[in-house]
Amino acid sequence: MADGNNTLNTSRRFFLLASAAGGGLLLSGCMTPADTTDGAPTLAAAPAKPAAPVVDVNSFIAISPDGTIRIMAKNPEIGQGIKTMLPMLIAEELDADWSRVVIEQGDADQARYGMQIAGGSFATPMHWDNHRQTGAAARAMLLLAAATRLNVSVDELSTQPSMVVHTATGKKIAYGDLVADAAKLPAPDLKTVKLKDAKDYRIIGKPMRNWDSPRIVRGEPIFGIDVKVAGMKYAYFEKAAVFGAKVVSANTDEIKALPGIVDCFVVKAGPANTTKMGLSEGVAVVAEDWWTAKEAATKKLKVQWDEGDTSGQASAKFDAKAVELAKGAPLANLSKSGDATAALKAAAKVVEASYVYPFLVHAPLEPMNTTAHVKADGTVEVWSPTQRPSGGIDLIAAALGIDKAKITLHMTRCGGGFGRRLDSDFVVEAAAISKQAGVPVKLLWTREQDMAHDPYRPGGYHNFKAALDKDGKMTALANHFVTFGRPNSGGALTPLSNATMAANEFPAGYIPNHSFDQSLMLGEMPTGPLRAPVSNAVCFAHQSFLDEVALAAGKDPIDFRLELLAAAPTAAASAGGRPGMVASRMIDVLKAVRERSGWDNRKSLPKGTGLGVAFYFSHSGYFAEVAKVKVEPNGAWRVLKVWCVGDIGSQIINPINAQNQAQGAIVDGISEMHQKITFDKGRTTQSNFYDMPLLRIDYAPQIDVHFHITNNPPTGLGEPALPPVLPAVANAIYAATGKRIRSLPVAQKDVSWT
Amino acid sequence: MASYTLNVNGKTETVDVDPKMPLLWVLRDKLDLKGTKFGCGVAACGACTVHLDGKVARACVTEIQSVGAQRITTIEAIGKTKVGQAVQKAWLDVDVVQCGYCQAGQVMAATALIASNAHPTDKDIDVAMQGNACRCGTYVRIREAIKTAAGVDTKDTREV
Repeated sequence: MADGNNTLNTSRRFFLLASAAGGGLLLSGCMTPADTTDGAPTLAAAPAKPAAPVVDVNSFIAISPDGTIRIMAKNPEIGQGIKTMLPMLIAEELDADWSRVVIEQGDADQARYGMQIAGGSFATPMHWDNHRQTGAAARAMLLLAAATRLNVSVDELSTQPSMVVHTATGKKIAYGDLVADAAKLPAPDLKTVKLKDAKDYRIIGKPMRNWDSPRIVRGEPIFGIDVKVAGMKYAYFEKAAVFGAKVVSANTDEIKALPGIVDCFVVKAGPANTTKMGLSEGVAVVAEDWWTAKEAATKKLKVQWDEGDTSGQASAKFDAKAVELAKGAPLANLSKSGDATAALKAAAKVVEASYVYPFLVHAPLEPMNTTAHVKADGTVEVWSPTQRPSGGIDLIAAALGIDKAKITLHMTRCGGGFGRRLDSDFVVEAAAISKQAGVPVKLLWTREQDMAHDPYRPGGYHNFKAALDKDGKMTALANHFVTFGRPNSGGALTPLSNATMAANEFPAGYIPNHSFDQSLMLGEMPTGPLRAPVSNAVCFAHQSFLDEVALAAGKDPIDFRLELLAAAPTAAASAGGRPGMVASRMIDVLKAVRERSGWDNRKSLPKGTGLGVAFYFSHSGYFAEVAKVKVEPNGAWRVLKVWCVGDIGSQIINPINAQNQAQGAIVDGISEMHQKITFDKGRTTQSNFYDMPLLRIDYAPQIDVHFHITNNPPTGLGEPALPPVLPAVANAIYAATGKRIRSLPVAQKDVSWT
Repeated sequence: MASYTLNVNGKTETVDVDPKMPLLWVLRDKLDLKGTKFGCGVAACGACTVHLDGKVARACVTEIQSVGAQRITTIEAIGKTKVGQAVQKAWLDVDVVQCGYCQAGQVMAATALIASNAHPTDKDIDVAMQGNACRCGTYVRIREAIKTAAGVDTKDTREV
């Protein structure tokens, strides 16, 4: 992956920065004190800004003579804790005094920072070396400046937090006293800087609490929805309930005449885009406050829509079509090894089952919003809670015909992301409305709009057949996967975004024969990545079906999985785009979760209570989870506890947040087992949290998270703890009741027992 | 439009707005108090939780004409109360926050709970907090932080 961070950006090294970036943004100044060395922030008021002058040592580090160290957080913060964690890597190798660090959110600036994205759990593997090197390079410059001043060799010097120390004499010079000299030195090549031995870490591996928490619990305005700029008006954007509909007419003049309304106009669709997540056609209502705009739009605005040819879309039709397609020959083979058909014919036992999961919506709690100002001079300034700022800039440039260089985008804290904000429809909408209104506008969506216009996690249908030989050994797996597609330019159906499965989905390559085949039906809805994309769906189907196969083989579900993992994998295990896993790492986490959960004592549980297991490899992380579920005779069910063991390498960089992320992923996964999005008459049926429920505190289980440390480079944690919890819970429901969950969401009536 | 005199965080504020405008939007767009969050607009998520005379209310469905002389307390001022400050501190010590968007509402609901029940049990927490959704799923820590703030044993006593 291209990463512009591998060289220091020397052009900015000597800049004196007067104050925090974000001109015109009233919520600028993102600094909060971390007053204690264990990273516990306090409620003390934040300093307004670091004492000037501040010297940029490199693109990420600026040090003031008073010792304040400003570290830029380059990536979008969506709740994954990256704004705290990435600066920890820099601070560690800089040997900074963490209590003197202030973290500042960088703007969108890929020339300076390299790729800026919150997605794919990429940030840890992408920055583990680079950010430590960036800190170490600055430390090397401070050491060299001290050596020059003391007229000694660099070898005679070491550092303590924020100090250079002359070992022989004990003489100390604070970084703040050296920075002016250090900034004049040439920056070393990042590849050549020496990094600390892990045993010397003072910051990495220590619990550093969420940097923004003090501001959050005080209710300070730090989210996108809180942005306020001079002269700003508030916008509501009415789009059709049917995807891609066009405006025929609208009573815009009537709306404009209402009290408090500033403007009302039709916004034309932007350049066509195949994902349907660009600028859609609609009617903007601009007002002096948002509620007035929303009330006018939802109660008085009358729009006649040309709904186009997708208004017949319905989930009931999709389900019927999926059954029909499953009976026929697949459209394409995704991957195969051996001869699954022959193995199924020769099997002592064949296990057959179909699994279904629904479309899902992301629904981060902060509704979509962006503030944009298309200025008279042709420049654009944007404040947006986005996971991928470059996407918004690209869409604005294309839709408004503006040079990308004229667009400035400030990333605000995001009230959740989960993949939703990788798309930038709400960003381009704000800019388009600002341009037509001629004023800065804050566009805000309602929750109902969020549910109706999401890049949904696609639903899917897996039709499995497994072969067991006379010894209960799995010899083949066939999966006819039915999913959604749209015609490409040549007219052939191709899968929608994230409506896919990996060619090397487990146990491909760990059994002698497999065949993964695919059929597609037309789906005219937007789709996209939801936290642990593809994995969050396919893991449920595969790890649930494997449970069925294990029990059909008369084996303990963990023993059965360990036997599969013990096979020497063939090339099929690493075929396709997704890296193959190292089976021994999965074996270890599976054994560990067996131990921690008391799996082997589960036979003593009463009917209605059961344990289930699943594992999954995604985003380079190895996770095995056991869920304990209690199901009442009437089918009311709850997860009592989840044990989670993960291997994400040699370091848990910020352990207090790592625990939080894994706990959250598990709650999120259980929440998904209650949720669905369906379509009827081309429209999304669900509209708010009363029909698209979020798990609440009374249904959140106790959670035991353990990280199994291995000698591998650290990898990301935003996503990989999520996928296994769904099948672990589903398998536990089976253990509790004998009712196999082959369809999500889990319906109470389907799990009742006597 | 009508004029309303409100008691917000101990200050008298006068606004001239539509009688049906929800308190949430008066706070956010008219009084520039942005700590109270919009999540659903239908009292289904709890992000907009404030106190009216010390009791939990969902500001997104509270029409301004219904507020009257009730004391409105928002997240911006909750730290002025002893319980509110203890809750804020526990939220930091336990490191509850992920995205943080729901947490103002969580802190308000938790403060109201402890103010009326100094020693909440797990059952009390379930009842008082189930109206406040956390999309990031920080419930394990919300439970722990409430007990920390109340000074009770943090062990989860629910059935396992």
